[in-house]
Amino acid sequence: MIEVRDLSKSFGANHVLNGVSFRIEKGESVVIIGRSGGGKSVLLKHLIGLLKPDGGEVLIENQNIVAMNERELLPVRRKFGMLFQGAALFDSLTVAENVGFAFRRERSLTEGEIARRVAEVLETVDLPGTESMNPAELSGGMRKRVGLARAIIYQPEIVLYDEPTTGLDPIVSDSIDELMLRVRDRLHVTTVVVTHDMRTARRLGQRILMLHDQRIYATGTAEALFGSKDPVVRQFIDGVSDEKAMAKKAASV
Amino acid sequence: MNLLGKKWITEWLEGLGELTLLARESVLSLLRLRVAWRDLVYQMYFTGVKSQSVVLVTGAFTGMVLCAQTYFQFHKVKMDTATLAVVSVGMCSELGPVLTGLMVAGRVGAAIAAELGTMRVTEQIDALRTLATHPVDYLVVPRVLALLMVLPLLAAEDIVIGIGAGYVVGVGLLGIDHTYLWANSQKYTGLADVAIGLIKAVVFGGLVGLIGCHKGLSCGEGAQGVGRATTEAVVYASITILICNFFLTLTLGHALHTL
Repeated sequence: MIEVRDLSKSFGANHVLNGVSFRIEKGESVVIIGRSGGGKSVLLKHLIGLLKPDGGEVLIENQNIVAMNERELLPVRRKFGMLFQGAALFDSLTVAENVGFAFRRERSLTEGEIARRVAEVLETVDLPGTESMNPAELSGGMRKRVGLARAIIYQPEIVLYDEPTTGLDPIVSDSIDELMLRVRDRLHVTTVVVTHDMRTARRLGQRILMLHDQRIYATGTAEALFGSKDPVVRQFIDGVSDEKAMAKKAASV
Repeated sequence: MNLLGKKWITEWLEGLGELTLLARESVLSLLRLRVAWRDLVYQMYFTGVKSQSVVLVTGAFTGMVLCAQTYFQFHKVKMDTATLAVVSVGMCSELGPVLTGLMVAGRVGAAIAAELGTMRVTEQIDALRTLATHPVDYLVVPRVLALLMVLPLLAAEDIVIGIGAGYVVGVGLLGIDHTYLWANSQKYTGLADVAIGLIKAVVFGGLVGLIGCHKGLSCGEGAQGVGRATTEAVVYASITILICNFFLTLTLGHALHTL
């Protein structure tokens, strides 16, 4: 369903991705892990055409989206829902207007039908009755839920999550994890999550890709990756800083 | 210095190219009828109604000072009654559209750049794109279209207020004979002067909207990026208005006054 071939991207002299290739099958739940600033979000944005690569291809159902212009990409993006790191809610619109945005733009449904669907999806993300609230009145966790409601209201085939639990306390993070699992299982969507939260990765990832040194360094099931003996993978999963790792290496020598 | 000069020219040409592409995309969006009409009405309200105080003050005081200054010079050669004709022609073809354009660039152009810039740095524009909405359809076209329609109206208002204020100063404060004053202003102000002013206002409206949107959409990261985009939107729009005004005066003057 999603195929990335030899993707490379630089911002000025800063090389972020170099020769990244992988494939995600329909209905699969894949987590991309890696260090902060390592290019995970950049990679995710390439999957939906928000960024253009310097080289390589991104195929969505065998269509190369790299060659498409912004207007040609619009129908392809209709297959996607995306939850942004900061939720990216439109702050001039209410919760109901945010969630029902896509339908209102399409003008395909009546106002009553849009209101019904908005109420339904807000119920799914455990935020019933918040339609008239403004984004500024919402907590971090609530904003993420509204962002997710907006992403799934038109029942996309693929849902992309960019750091869904970053900046949230462990309890709220857990509830967001639960919600993502519920969305995955109820809607049978292909899920791609970018995170450095190991708990989220373990719970959601049927397969985990580790981005390191501008490329996919390791890939495998959650069990395989979390049981890996590779020093780079272990260092990241165990959360050991470079200084500590070097000290440990020196001590073992 | 040579390198700096080359960089400046490259950036200027790049900006001009991007602005042209944005204008092209806006026209195509308009032809496809993908415009958010509800937003267009709001933008017309924001641009027109909310700019009233700025336009009224600018128009009134420009007309008044132009009248006083013209009178002081014309009085020396006993041409007092031609004072309002100068105010009228000046307001219609130059000061009305240019000053309205500059004021709207400062108020609306800056607001557009700041709003779109903030949307960009908080990923709201990316969110819009993921919701299968083209930013030009939803954000650019309603703003540019509103400015294209509202700026001529604001300029017309500015012109009327300016001439009215000039008349009050001329008759009330400077003691010029009101009959000759009014008759001369009507005699020397032609339909061409009014047309030049209104055509200029349409062009300036489009420029303010496009430059504000372009600066907002291409804004750099963080608060500094938004601040810079806002400042650049006002400065570039103001300079462009002043430069375009010269060329419009030449071309429209030739075209309309020789008719």
